[in-house]
Amino acid sequence: MYIEIQDVSIDYKQKNTVQKVIEHVNFEVEKGEFICLLGPSGCGKSTLLNAMAGFLKPSEGKIVIDGQEVLKPSLSYVTIFQNYGLLPWKTVLKNVELGLETKKIPRKQRKEIALKYIDMVGLKDAVHKRPNQLSGGMQQRVAIARALAVDPEVIFMDEPFGALDAITRMKLQDDILEINQETGKTIIFVTHDIEEAVFLADRIVVLDANPGRIGGIVNIHLPKHRNRTSDSFVLARDKVYDLLKMKKEELIEYYI
Amino acid sequence: MKQKKIDIVISLGLLVIIWQIVSVVLEKNTVVFPAPIQVVRAFEELFCVGLKGSTSSVTLPGHIGISLVRFAIGYLTAAVTGVFFGLILGSFPKAFAIVNPAVQVIRPIAPVAFMPFIVLWFGIGDVPAVVIIFIAGFFPILLSTVSAVEHLNPIYYKVSRNFGIGKVKTIFCIVFPAIFTQIANALRLALGTSWIFLVSGEMVGAQSGLGFLIMDSKNCIRYDALLATMITIGVIGFALDALIRVLEHVIGHKFGFVN
Ligand SMILES: Nc1ncnc2c1ncn2[C@@H]1O[C@H](COP(=O)(O)OP(=O)(O)OP(=O)(O)O)[C@@H](O)[C@H]1O
Ligand SMILES: [Mg+2]
Repeated sequence: MYIEIQDVSIDYKQKNTVQKVIEHVNFEVEKGEFICLLGPSGCGKSTLLNAMAGFLKPSEGKIVIDGQEVLKPSLSYVTIFQNYGLLPWKTVLKNVELGLETKKIPRKQRKEIALKYIDMVGLKDAVHKRPNQLSGGMQQRVAIARALAVDPEVIFMDEPFGALDAITRMKLQDDILEINQETGKTIIFVTHDIEEAVFLADRIVVLDANPGRIGGIVNIHLPKHRNRTSDSFVLARDKVYDLLKMKKEELIEYYI
Repeated sequence: MKQKKIDIVISLGLLVIIWQIVSVVLEKNTVVFPAPIQVVRAFEELFCVGLKGSTSSVTLPGHIGISLVRFAIGYLTAAVTGVFFGLILGSFPKAFAIVNPAVQVIRPIAPVAFMPFIVLWFGIGDVPAVVIIFIAGFFPILLSTVSAVEHLNPIYYKVSRNFGIGKVKTIFCIVFPAIFTQIANALRLALGTSWIFLVSGEMVGAQSGLGFLIMDSKNCIRYDALLATMITIGVIGFALDALIRVLEHVIGHKFGFVN
């Protein structure tokens, strides 16, 4: 499998106490898949994502991407944060170029690549603006362009649209789906919004809280470009909703 | 806070008026409490021929120039080293934990207290003033920078690690611009403090400069000249503060460090 989460547990050690946040999580992801990690607040979604992206080391088990154990962040798997993580003193262009310097791409080419992705997320007119001159949605687009520019294999997104209004959020959901389909990049997307998960995911990994365990995996076999009001969409949404509420004894895998 | 020009004029005007009134009330004591007009004359004297009866023939602009050069050397060295070591120590908390207690012990010692040693090691002349100004500026700049680094939003480090930016480049190209506002504030506060200590630095051993002129006026029992020198120090301090605000603004906006 392309990404393997092998019996991963994660603890946070604080002074005298150890808090078990993630316990014995196992799942696998295929290349090009769109996975949503769904669960209530505080269940450890960000923690698991941070471990997958190499920002923190699991206390037990290991995470493997493309045959290599994840030990530190890498340009082949880039994270997009909820609060965008843009550098406020740099222009849109310079922000998008950020990772390209590390890849030792010559200056002129850097600019070309950056402009290509800025254009792709529809921000051609904002190239020389600074982040604080942009709306939240536009800032998140810059972050997406910046991630795409380094041409990563996997994109991790931690509630990337959480701070945006409903209309902007729907627009960006369409965009990210299109990116997933056109570029074939694997996307691991954290959300606590059931509808968002059903709209985007090939598979939804539902996390339970205390301890953070997989409560179920839902395969969504709806065509892409889903209609949010169709019967099958509503049915799928209700299924996931039930799954979240249920007390489960063992891992359940659903196909919808 | 933006100072309006009119407010400055009113404020200083009132100060002069109160001064004039007090000197009229104390009419007989104009030697120990000079009236504004006497100070204006003292200014003229200092400006054109230097303090009469002094060992030095340097005029006021000469003293100002010398003081400003000493100040620039001491302050700029403090600024550069303070910010540099602040960035480094802030980025390596373990190292700072070791350094911090020592700094906290040295910092409360008034810079002037170092004077005997400074004179012993470096002799008299320009160095003591420069060193005092340096000490006065270095610690606040260092500690403010460290504190700003410590409180930096961790997302900057995540972004930096994510895009494979090395440790050194992270410190100078990510952390530094991210805390520019705090650094600029620290630099401005330290500018004021250092300028205050200029006088102490020049009071011992120096044969020129504004601090020397203070001592010299006192020795010549010329309180009008003393007051003129004090006013000069105040006005220059005020002007330096205005200057660094402008610099802060220009640099901050040119590079986008300030939103
Ligand atoms: N750096 C940390 N140190 C100690 N405990 C932490 C740390 N980060 C998170 N936790 C704890 O781990 C648990 C899971 O946190 P996490 O941020 O992963 O949840 P989440 O599912 O992403 O929640 P949300 O939807 O609110 O973002 C929480 O109980 C939190 O208090
Ligand atoms: Mg979270």
